[in-house]
Formats: sequence, C-alpha cells, structure tokens
Amino acid sequence: MNFSDLTTILPLITLVGWAIILILVDLFIPAQRKGIMAMLSAIGIMISLVIAICQFGGQTTAFSGMVVFDGFSVFLQILFLISGLAAIALAYDYIKRQGIERSEYYILLMFSLSGMTLMAMADDLIIIFLALELLSIPLYVLAGFANPRLDSEEAALKYFLLGSFSDAFVVFGTALVFGAARTTTIPGIIAAITVGAANLILLMVGAALILIGLGFKVSIVPFHMWTPDVYQGAPSSVTAFMAVGAKTAGFAALLRVFMAAFNTLAVDLVPVLWALAALTMILGNITAIVQGNIKRLLAYSSIAHTGYISMVLVTINQSRITQHAVGAALFYLVAYAVTSFGAWAVVITLEHSEGKGLNVEDYAGLGRKYPALAAAMTVFMLSFTGVPPTLGFLGKFYIFRAVLEGGYVGLAIIGVLTSLVSAYYYLRVVVVMYMREGEPLVRKEFWLSSTIFMTAIATVIVSIFSTPLFTWASKGIMFIPK
Amino acid sequence: MLPVSYFIGLAAVLFAIGTLGVLIRRNAIIIFMSVELMLNAGNLAFVSFARAFGLLDGQIFVFFIMAMAAAEVAVGLALIVDIFHTKQSIDIDQMNSMKG
Repeated sequence: MNFSDLTTILPLITLVGWAIILILVDLFIPAQRKGIMAMLSAIGIMISLVIAICQFGGQTTAFSGMVVFDGFSVFLQILFLISGLAAIALAYDYIKRQGIERSEYYILLMFSLSGMTLMAMADDLIIIFLALELLSIPLYVLAGFANPRLDSEEAALKYFLLGSFSDAFVVFGTALVFGAARTTTIPGIIAAITVGAANLILLMVGAALILIGLGFKVSIVPFHMWTPDVYQGAPSSVTAFMAVGAKTAGFAALLRVFMAAFNTLAVDLVPVLWALAALTMILGNITAIVQGNIKRLLAYSSIAHTGYISMVLVTINQSRITQHAVGAALFYLVAYAVTSFGAWAVVITLEHSEGKGLNVEDYAGLGRKYPALAAAMTVFMLSFTGVPPTLGFLGKFYIFRAVLEGGYVGLAIIGVLTSLVSAYYYLRVVVVMYMREGEPLVRKEFWLSSTIFMTAIATVIVSIFSTPLFTWASKGIMFIPK
Repeated sequence: MLPVSYFIGLAAVLFAIGTLGVLIRRNAIIIFMSVELMLNAGNLAFVSFARAFGLLDGQIFVFFIMAMAAAEVAVGLALIVDIFHTKQSIDIDQMNSMKG
C-alpha cells in the first residue's frame, strides 16, 4: 500500500471518515435539533462527490488490484453519491413527521453509501462481498428504523434473513471460484481462464452461486420474494434509497463480474440469463397489475425494471457490443434512479402517519387540487412506462438496441410486450389522479417539493439532450489491467 | 494428506444442510444459525483450497468473512429481539402483516 492507493479511494475514505466523525458530533447536538445532522451528512457526501468528479478520467488499480479506478467506477460513484443526497432530501421532513427522527439514520445512510461506492470500484470477489455487506448491514437497520411499528420490524427481519442467506451464496460461490482459478481478482480469473488453468466445473458452479446471491440483491425472479414486503414495510424514504442504491450496487457487481470475468462461460450461462430476464420482466409486470398499495406497486415495478436491466447480461460473450451493453445498462440505471426518486418523493408527500394515504385510490382528485404534483407524478409514470420524451423511454431504447445487436430478438419482443402491460398499471395511477373526485391530503415540505421538481425536470430535459450522457455511460468501460 | 476434494465435499454438504435449514425451518433463530452454517461452509472451502494451493490469500479471506458474520450477528440478533418484544413470537410464518 502506498499513498496513491489512498488517493484512489479518497471519496470512500471521505465518506467513512465523515460518518465516524458525525457519530461523535451527534453527542453534542440537542435532541430537538437533529435536522442539523442531515445538513452535516449532506455536506460530507458533497465533499466526496466533488472529489469523485475531480478524479474523473484515467485508469488505475490500487491495493494490489483489489480495487480498480476506471470510467465505470467513476460513473457509478457519482450516481451513488447523488442518490445519497436525494435520499437525505427525502428523509429530512419525512422522518421528523413520522416521529423517527434519530441522527443514526443519516450516519447509517452514509455507511451504506460507502459500501455502494466501494462496490463501484471492487475488482476482486472478496471486495465485492465486503462491499455487499457494508451496504446491506446498515440497510437492514434502516429498514427497521420505524420500530416499534410492526411492519417496519417485519420488513427488517425479512430483509435481514434473506439478505444474509444471499450473502452466504456469494461467499460459497467465491470460495469455489477461488478453488477453480487460484485467485479471486477479476483480471486473475480472466488470465486463468485464458491460459486454461481454471477448473471449469468449479468455476461454473461458483459463477452460478454468485449469480444467485447477487440475484437476491437486485431481486431477479425467482429470488424476489422479499422485495414487496420489505419495500412496503420499510419507511418510504429508506425504500427509495434501497430501491435505487442497493439495486444499482448489485448491478455494478453483476456487470463487472459477468461481463468481464465469466464471459467465457457464456455457452452455459446465456440461456439461464435469458430465462431469468424474461421471467423477471413477465412476473414483475403482471403481478404489479393487481396491487392496490402504491408501495407494493412500485416494488413490483422495480422487479420489472430489474428484468429490463438484466437483459443486457445475455450479451456477455459478444465483446464487440460490450461497450453498448454496459453503456445501456448504466444509462438505464440513471433513468431508473431519477424516476424512482421522483415517484417515491410523491409517495412520501401523500403518506400520513400509520401508513395512511398509500393506496392508489388516495391519489384521487390530485389532478384538480395539486396540478403541479399530479403533472410531476404523470411524468414519472410515463417515464417508468417508457413513453417519449422521458428518460425511461431512452433507457429502454438503448437496452433494446443492445439486445437486438446481440441477436436476441425474442427477448427484445418480450421486453416490448411487457412494457405494454406495464402501461396498464402505471396509467391507472394517472387516471385515478385526473378522473376521480377526491380530497387528497398533501404536505408542503421544501426539500420534498424541490426533489420532485428537480427529478421531474431532469426526466424530461435530460431525455431531450441525452446523447452526452449516453456517450459518457458507454465510455464507462471496465478497465482490465494486464 | 487427504485430497482436497474430501474437504470440498464436506463443505458442499454443510452448505446444502444450511440451505435446507433456511428453507425448511420456521424459527428465525434457527434460520439464522443455518445461514451461519452456510458461511462456515464457505470458510472451510476457502481454507482447504488455500492449504492445497499453498496460498495464504484464502486463509486471510476467512478472517474477512468471520468479521462480517460477527457484524451480521450483532444486527440480526438485535432485530430478532426487537420483533420478539412486539410480537412475542419469532415464527416467520406469523410475519404476515403485509399482504398484496
């Protein structure tokens, strides 16, 4: 280890160090003024964000190849840190009015965020495991943050049991890959496969176990059972962060591991990945139709979006389109993050204590009483469906293009058809908002309103000028040191 | 020295027992114990491969995994105790307050 290793992971060090200092600072802040902690942690994340942006460009590895610094990692780090800021903006007023304002919320959020930024840089299966735990363990606590509310506690327990179950799969898979390739670094695994030194059966089983473990984290069907309950039970601000951050981190690992290291196993893996992506899209979208609770609806919609993103994994063995495929996945993750934070912010605006105001029917009359809020929600729903001119449309467009370039026409057709199905339940929200009479109860809170405003604007404006973002995302190729 | 495949076989059996335990048992503590068994199966595989290859890496990874497992215990037991306070039960079949 030397000094340049430390500068490579400086955004991460800043986050962790700042969070540890905040634990001490918290002692000196009186109980009524814990809102200061939100500001302080936002400042920490912003410092980390500035450092991450300054580091832009260049490729290097650090800590003997355990972490890698490349376009992919910088892109994801910036996405994670901005998500962290949005998560704080959503939580600030919400946890106050739910009576769960404790400063540990922000500290745990920062620790979870540091796990995500580590995941963006991880180039070794062990670091991927460590990052996975570092981001998950604070999230287990955050999911149960509204205790003694029973559904929050239940959500935390379910998330914890299934989360640690999936981590065990990652551990055992990593052990088998270590046995197959005699190393756990991704360049090392690639080298072992290239020279033919790897035991392919062990490697295959290991890759399958890692796929199951990470599949739980990003909720690929059939490993999605926990998602609706956890998303519904956890405090909404936590759910928003979980839906964006944990899923993006899981995909960071999936893309890094499967696109780079396991692409020689494609003959066996592609049919499985094909089936998983198709199943996820179909089941997620069809189950979402019958949901009456908006949090459950968004949970199933997030499963469906997992399906769309995991479509790109079927192109793992086609190196000529890897750049397009990874770029499309990263672009989709940005689109999903922006739209999700907006939609969840609207959900939080209408949510009352005791879980009231969470049914789709509670949105009746929103179009007449609060036209701006209803317009924003419409934008988010259209973006989730994939209607132009929104980010969601371009995300789907790039994904389908990458899949078609890979020659998987059938999968792309399933994707388009399930998108049509999804229009039914997304547009039902819009119909209820505009066509039904009702007296919605809305809270005007500065940070929530500005998050909704900014994400709605971004969903439309960025989609019109999307080319630079996609170019940047496709430059996020993974650096494989020789 | 025994061939490494014996140890990996044992690790695989432990992992399978752990997986079955998670899927079959309904008590949150027992499920959690089964998860620990799965993690230790991973540890055993790491150590035996490290010994067979003469590489120290695998043994160091086991320390990472053990530390992480300890952190999980700290959080997990707290969550289980917490839900026991509210519900007087840790049977996961009764964790059904959310439906949809």
